[in-house]
Amino acid sequence: MSVLVYTESEQGTFKKAAQEVVSYAKGIADAMGTTVTAVAVNGEGPESLGQFGASKVLAVKNEALQKFNAQAYSDVIAAAAREEGAKVVVIASTANGKFVAPMVAAKLEAGYVPNVTGLPENTEPFQVKHSVFTNKAFATTEIKTDIKVVGLAKNAYGVHENATDAETVDFNPETNNGSVETVSVDKATDKVTIADAEIVVSGGRGLKGPENWGMVEDLAETLGAATACSKPVSDMGWRPHSEHVGQTGKPVASNLYIAIGISGAIQHLAGINASKTKVVINNDPEAPFFKAADYGIVGDAFEVVPQLTEKLKEFKAQNG
Amino acid sequence: MKILVCISHVPDTTSKINFTDGDTKFDTNGVQFVINPNDEFGLTRAMWFKEKQGATVHVANVGGPETEPTLRKALAIGADEAIRVNTAPTDGYSVAKQLAHIVKDGGYDLVIGGRESIDYNGGMVPGMIAHLTGASFINNCIGLEIEGDTATAIREIDGGKETLKANLPLVIGGQKGLVEESDLRIPNMRGIMQARSKPLQAKEAVDASAETQAVKFEKPAPKGAVKLVDSVDELVALLHNEAKVI
Ligand SMILES: Cc1cc2nc3c(=O)[nH]c(=O)nc-3n(C[C@H](O)[C@H](O)[C@H](O)COP(=O)(O)OP(=O)(O)OC[C@H]3O[C@@H](n4cnc5c(N)ncnc54)[C@H](O)[C@@H]3O)c2cc1C
Ligand SMILES: Nc1ncnc2c1ncn2[C@@H]1O[C@H](COP(=O)(O)O)[C@@H](O)[C@H]1O
Repeated sequence: MSVLVYTESEQGTFKKAAQEVVSYAKGIADAMGTTVTAVAVNGEGPESLGQFGASKVLAVKNEALQKFNAQAYSDVIAAAAREEGAKVVVIASTANGKFVAPMVAAKLEAGYVPNVTGLPENTEPFQVKHSVFTNKAFATTEIKTDIKVVGLAKNAYGVHENATDAETVDFNPETNNGSVETVSVDKATDKVTIADAEIVVSGGRGLKGPENWGMVEDLAETLGAATACSKPVSDMGWRPHSEHVGQTGKPVASNLYIAIGISGAIQHLAGINASKTKVVINNDPEAPFFKAADYGIVGDAFEVVPQLTEKLKEFKAQNG
Repeated sequence: MKILVCISHVPDTTSKINFTDGDTKFDTNGVQFVINPNDEFGLTRAMWFKEKQGATVHVANVGGPETEPTLRKALAIGADEAIRVNTAPTDGYSVAKQLAHIVKDGGYDLVIGGRESIDYNGGMVPGMIAHLTGASFINNCIGLEIEGDTATAIREIDGGKETLKANLPLVIGGQKGLVEESDLRIPNMRGIMQARSKPLQAKEAVDASAETQAVKFEKPAPKGAVKLVDSVDELVALLHNEAKVI
């Protein structure tokens, strides 16, 4: 009857999203008077999930699952849910989480709601609030099936410590990799990704050309941030497509989003609205982005950005 | 090769989002509906398979008669036939069940859906179709080639991409990258004329109950005014002391 939560890891290390999703599952379990069981695939130190409220971890160790395979991973999660008799299954709405969740839901004949922004408003009937229309609105939706699959939006709940003794149990369900096989992975390992970043620094057409991105990268490096861009910037090939954020690009839900030379078109704002603090640097005081931002500087990016980087370096030097 | 492109009928990206009936329904008043952008990339890729590899391309939507102009637009872009399953798309699972029925019935080798619909952002229909039809599934697809009954797909991952191989039948969740923005087609007069005589079939829905139901909608609380600052010193101080993000 426990709440089952899938905890994602990358090369053995649990992601921050895994800690957040366990914290959240603990919140649901408390409301329902039950406990949290996590399921992990090749994650190192599974007992560490106890820190966030898991009292049991179903630990899968399987060489065949070294690479992410949605078919096999969804088999694992569905099998874990059955093993535990779980009525609620929580999966973070990350890229891989959103890949497996519909398959898990279909396997369990469960209703599924992604991008959930908080604890259920009710557990009977089971109602959750989630973002819709790419963050332009929220819906409260009732899941009517016996088993419920909940996808938690990034950074919506936060990581909460809740020290619990976690019992680790080996778990080796039958899985099927299906016909999908990973041939090669092409990934920059030395860069912070937009998905994981706490801070994202983003540039738009106001930066005039790809040759001017050095100052954006300097700022990002100083902050330990990921770099991003508006759609026209990637369409023109100034920056790779993987940096395009917005309604038709990647969603951003960071703690801090700094927009440089971006006008703030509705399609851009939709994708970044879930970020907590938004800063705009734009030389046009009428740019629509100022209406959506928390802080703004009206000024020429070519002057402001290098100054900001300098100031931040000083700040870091003083504050460690 | 037989391809089915699943077309979600969604409000244009610039639409104002409002609700009616005591905030229980999306207000369609004055809203223009379009092919879901992710599906438009998929449809355009399907046209490539049609033109270069002789594929047959059908499009399908689960929805009421009001979605037919959107399907006609897909026909004008070049799809051969359209199917509309005549029922309200109440939730992702029930839509997937309707489409899975169409897929089995029509014997499609490749089903192209989108990463998500930009209205409810469910991101669930393609994955569920794959499970219900026993096909393989690849999400966040930004490249797709088919050779015989083997597909090579590129999938966007956090911080990069990966190349995958899979056998047909296959379902994908596509997005920008599948084709470039500049490859998207605006229907021309000839396409629009031809689309009028292409088959657009309305089919009765199969029995499939919804597992979830939206109870109410709300808009985010209005945002406080922006704080304009004159210097980077002030900005850094605010980010540290007030916003506590650095
Ligand atoms: C279906 C659809 C989907 C879309 N999806 C997306 C999406 O996902 N993401 C997205 O970003 N866009 C998307 N768009 C495009 C969107 O409508 C805008 O065209 C785009 O966001 C504008 O990009 P921009 O702000 O970089 O450029 P612009 O609108 O050209 O803005 C440039 C800004 O830079 C400022 N500027 C100029 N010089 C300087 C300087 N020296 N210093 C400081 N500021 C300066 C200008 O004042 C201006 O505000 C979509 C559009 C459509 C139709
Ligand atoms: N009502 C519908 N009719 C046809 N296809 C749909 C419908 N709803 C969703 N889809 C397909 O499923 C994809 C993902 O949609 P969703 O799960 O609603 O986010 C869309 O991009 C479409 O390809």
